[in-house]
Amino acid sequence: MSAAIKVEGLGKSYLVGHRSARSGEYRSFREEMVSQISQWGRKTRDLFSGRQILQGDEVEEFWALRDVDFEIAQGERVGIIGRNGAGKSTLLKILSRITEPTTGMVEMNGRVASLLEVGTGFHPELTGRENIYLNGAILGMSRKQIQRRFDEIVAFAEVEKFLDTPVKRYSSGMYVRLAFSVAAHLEPEILVVDEVLAVGDVEFQKKCLGKMQDVSGDGRTVLFVSHNMGAIRQLCSRGIVLEGGSVAFAGNQTEAADYYLRSSMSDAEGRKGAIRYEEDPEKPLQIVGIQLLDGKGATNDTFDCDAGLRIVFECVSRRPTPGVYGYLALINQEGVIAWESDSLDLPPNRLDNLAAGRHRFSIDIPPRSLGRGKYTLSLSFASRQSFTGFILDEAEPPLGFTLVESGTLRGDRRNGFFSTLLEWRQENG
Amino acid sequence: MESDTCNLRTESLIIRPGLSEKHYWRDLWNYRELFLVLAWRDVAVRYKQTVVGLAWAVLQPLTTMAVFVVVFGRLAKFPSEGDAPYALMVLAGMLPWQFFASSLTGASNSLIGNANLVSKVYFPRLIVPASSVVVAFIDFLFGFVLLLAMMAYYRYLPGWQALTLPFFLLMAFLASLGPGLWLSSLNVKYRDFRYVIPFLVQFGLYVSPVGFSSSVVPEKWRFLYSLNPMVGVIEGFRWALLGGGSGFHWQGFLTAWAVILLFLWLGVRQFRKMEKSFADLI
Repeated sequence: MSAAIKVEGLGKSYLVGHRSARSGEYRSFREEMVSQISQWGRKTRDLFSGRQILQGDEVEEFWALRDVDFEIAQGERVGIIGRNGAGKSTLLKILSRITEPTTGMVEMNGRVASLLEVGTGFHPELTGRENIYLNGAILGMSRKQIQRRFDEIVAFAEVEKFLDTPVKRYSSGMYVRLAFSVAAHLEPEILVVDEVLAVGDVEFQKKCLGKMQDVSGDGRTVLFVSHNMGAIRQLCSRGIVLEGGSVAFAGNQTEAADYYLRSSMSDAEGRKGAIRYEEDPEKPLQIVGIQLLDGKGATNDTFDCDAGLRIVFECVSRRPTPGVYGYLALINQEGVIAWESDSLDLPPNRLDNLAAGRHRFSIDIPPRSLGRGKYTLSLSFASRQSFTGFILDEAEPPLGFTLVESGTLRGDRRNGFFSTLLEWRQENG
Repeated sequence: MESDTCNLRTESLIIRPGLSEKHYWRDLWNYRELFLVLAWRDVAVRYKQTVVGLAWAVLQPLTTMAVFVVVFGRLAKFPSEGDAPYALMVLAGMLPWQFFASSLTGASNSLIGNANLVSKVYFPRLIVPASSVVVAFIDFLFGFVLLLAMMAYYRYLPGWQALTLPFFLLMAFLASLGPGLWLSSLNVKYRDFRYVIPFLVQFGLYVSPVGFSSSVVPEKWRFLYSLNPMVGVIEGFRWALLGGGSGFHWQGFLTAWAVILLFLWLGVRQFRKMEKSFADLI
């Protein structure tokens, strides 16, 4: 079998401008004027020579990807794993031809479709029917092909009754289902999928992935980017871990997932139960800090099963966003999600339509619930009504903690997922 | 595999820095359906949830025409072209001008307006500014119906020259496409151009023969004046619709084509040069 995708020495650099250390200091008016004028002069030169305009007075080259080599055979399903900023998105963008690499080359054999977002180009004013054609055409389907699969797409999305309603009147669930459904009916030979399946109705996600797998049977090459190690293990046959823009590990999907978890676990341990995130004024809603508190209210990273713990997080709301909800997952050492919680599980959903400003929320993990062991905590905000994408913010890198058990005879030798103590009753009293 | 999945590439593809697309123009042709769909979307959205939307396409040229007739025709007492009523002469210049102005504005802002598409999906980027022109074309058609109604009112019958009209429309389209491509690609990088365009359009209205006939321009300024490609286009429109009252200006016509082709070449060159970095800059 020939290679479906061959990547050699791939690199992508960006120029980033920042202000030099000196600019923070006190400067005379004259110095300030001189620096402003010289910056203005540089920008004007850049403008006419067609170069990128950079803010600040120092320019630095930043490599988002560097010397990436790999080969994917036809029919392989490969998971790309890595932190935010490891270069996954840049890699996908290059493979999808959205952006051009700085060095190296990629060779692809077969029709490529890439799915970096569900519902790309959906227009709120247009009806469901119209959006199917619009989105299909954007993803590279021909009108004939959409027509032929139209009924299937509609039935799959379960929106028959609302076909002629503008999608702005759709419930968030219907909107997502319709968007997924169009994507699931693409028929490429190479499919590049970003973490579009990260948030949403789990049942429907499974249905979509199943559909994508069986439409064209074997021989389809899939490149799948995810944080979700469970999905990687289930879906992929190989895994590639990216770290700081280079391939850190490539091999079997289970080993790759383990490698990633080990490295993020050891990172998370160094944080001693509290983390702050750099503020990004671009984000409408952002998680700026997470703290883990024990029964006495002290910050800690190790907790006793008998006492439970409290997760406190702080967020900043900059622009009102409708339909926001929070998502929490506790992931164990094997990368299995041990606990999932959405802020809309128990109404009211306190994260929806937050007023501008800082807010603090807390979530209690009750005593004697999870079993002992190491966990990483994944926290994110999403909105299905935001037309720019589901995930608004994600706490990355994540925080980790350890649960220990000491109050029982079995104590730290207890296995299993739960630490809940069960009562042994006599029934024949 | 189905043969009708024409938008997806079938042969092997090499991605390399600076590798100019070998099949650039064929690729563009393969994506013609996307062009139609995007154009249809812009039109559908524009006239959705509005009754006035349609009326605007007629009201805008109508009111501007009324103002120009009063200012240039009645107050300044400029001569009309041949024996055509002043209102008809203004409208025959107004329609191509508004088509030019709105397609230039539309094309220039189109990439920014479709930022989410540009940063998430691949397609030949040229489709975006090109399809935004269709909205301007639909507006032009409504304006054209108004013109026909006015001609009927004045009992003015165009001659055989009217058959050349599509040719001048194409000329107006190409005249707006060149600068449109140039501005749209620069607009991605430097948002300054967003503020330049309305000014440019407003300024252009007064240096083009929209409210007056080219015959009022002194001969010694004639060449400088006809460097504005819209002069040739508008004169062509008037010649086609109002008959050869003032004759066909070959010199203006050829100058216009030279300028249009120059800008088209510059625009396409600039666009193709920057196209690959749009997603990084937008």
